[in-house]
Amino acid sequence: MNFLIAPIAVGVIAAVLGAVIGIVDRIVNNYGDVEIDINGKKTLTVKGGDKLLSSLAAEGIFIPSACGGRGSCGACKCKVESDVGPHLPTEIPYLTKEEIDDNVRLACQVKVKENIQIRIPDELFNVKKFDTKVKSIKDVTHDIKEVVFDLQGEEIDFKAGRYVQIVVPPYGKIRGSTQRAYSMSSKPSEKGIVELLIRLVPGGIATTWVHNYLSEGDEVELIGPFGDFEKRETDATMVCVAGGSGMAPFKSILFDMYEKGELDREVWYFFGARTTKDLFYLEEIKKLDSKWENFHFVPALSEPQEGAGWDGETGLITDVLDRYIKEKMRVDRDKEGYLCGSPGMIAACNNVMTANGIPLEKIYYDKFA
Amino acid sequence: MSPDINPLVLFFASIFTSNILLANFLGMCSFISISKDMKSSNGLGLAVTVVLVLTSMLNWVILKYILIPLDLLYLRYIIFIIVIAATVQVLEMVIDRVSPALYMALGIFLPLITVNCAILGVALFMQIRNYSFIQTVFFAAGSGLGWWLAILALSAIQKKLLKAPVPAGLKGPGITLITIGFMAMAFIGFSGMLSVQ
Repeated sequence: MNFLIAPIAVGVIAAVLGAVIGIVDRIVNNYGDVEIDINGKKTLTVKGGDKLLSSLAAEGIFIPSACGGRGSCGACKCKVESDVGPHLPTEIPYLTKEEIDDNVRLACQVKVKENIQIRIPDELFNVKKFDTKVKSIKDVTHDIKEVVFDLQGEEIDFKAGRYVQIVVPPYGKIRGSTQRAYSMSSKPSEKGIVELLIRLVPGGIATTWVHNYLSEGDEVELIGPFGDFEKRETDATMVCVAGGSGMAPFKSILFDMYEKGELDREVWYFFGARTTKDLFYLEEIKKLDSKWENFHFVPALSEPQEGAGWDGETGLITDVLDRYIKEKMRVDRDKEGYLCGSPGMIAACNNVMTANGIPLEKIYYDKFA
Repeated sequence: MSPDINPLVLFFASIFTSNILLANFLGMCSFISISKDMKSSNGLGLAVTVVLVLTSMLNWVILKYILIPLDLLYLRYIIFIIVIAATVQVLEMVIDRVSPALYMALGIFLPLITVNCAILGVALFMQIRNYSFIQTVFFAAGSGLGWWLAILALSAIQKKLLKAPVPAGLKGPGITLITIGFMAMAFIGFSGMLSVQ
């Protein structure tokens, strides 16, 4: 029985140490009930000792967080008005100097130990967690799926252009649950469903799950709506540029505008793809173009194939955009840029737009992509 | 049998003549990466000292009353590491509660220390050299202070180096390693005065 001594000794020592950690955690990390005051409007009573992000989520207030609280995305910024100590080295890389001076913290790093006051955008009160069922999954191109989630009787209230976070449960080799943000392509008037366009990114945790594991009837959690991407209420010409699944917010915004009869605004919608097989919703949007006088749809292919019968624009979307701004758009009107696509596309479009006199602060896009 | 060395001698010897860092080159990774900034160096030095003293006492007790009687000496590496990790965990929680200010200064360094080889090194030295409990405590305290002294000295030198014309290829870790080499040579000047075994 000698061979048992070693594993037993290691086991006992580890167990004792584990027990000590557990007991100390119980005693030391017990801060009793503390109050979180939000915007001076709402007070939550929570158990102290947890991180701000998870304490708020437990009470139904969801601060956007793409990484699920691991301090790796920097999305869960919120202003903490009471003194909770200096910024941690884990927060500093994600905050600008102004934000640090302004007491902006990462909610996933700040521990709630005593009564604190925080300030969050009022909109976040509207953010809910939805228990949804997958209603349909449709291939719109070879690598983009249109997924419709049924909110099962609940309603989502949002402005066109907002995004939701999809909670990806552990699957296959992926151990932990993660969250990823996707813009909604459904209209605000479709309150009972959420439609997302999800492109397969090789090696992507969420996209692989949606493309290879998710099927109709599955239950999925969505949290939202988040974001500030929306149509600005001015009379400037809207110059919208999208690539791939960047179609989503524009589908929502454009059909919402048409539905509400806001047809006086001049809107240009450039959609970039590589080949004809990367194009989708072409018919729907062309139909919108023909019904709506001030709306102009410009799909462009960067690598059109011979014999595919493509009669639209060709070339990089940035070149097409540049040409249209210079030649086709009215010069006497102010312009606003709306972008959704890869970070590379956004950077390139930013350059083209600023070179054509659209100021940087009038170019809008989500930064989570 | 424990060697016949006065614990106080051991204490000073481990600071100067056999500095854990400059004579044994243990605990290098955090030493090099943190030493750029005086304040962090101070925090890390303090944390290393506290953890060293605590874990070496615990490890000594476990070694003496569990590992040696059960003839399990070959398990010492894994046991020492478990003890160090658990101690650091408990310490982190306690400091967080008792002194938030200290936690802010030390907090992020504590997890780093779990993998600081100086801590394991001291535990192993005390076993190899057969130190008594009192000797272990003094040796650990001395090693911690020695490490602290070395990292403070290096961060002071690094501050000066900022203004020095270092060749491009040597910037960063390169010049740091050379600096540590010089420091180690300087500390050799103390050798022979006191002995650790």
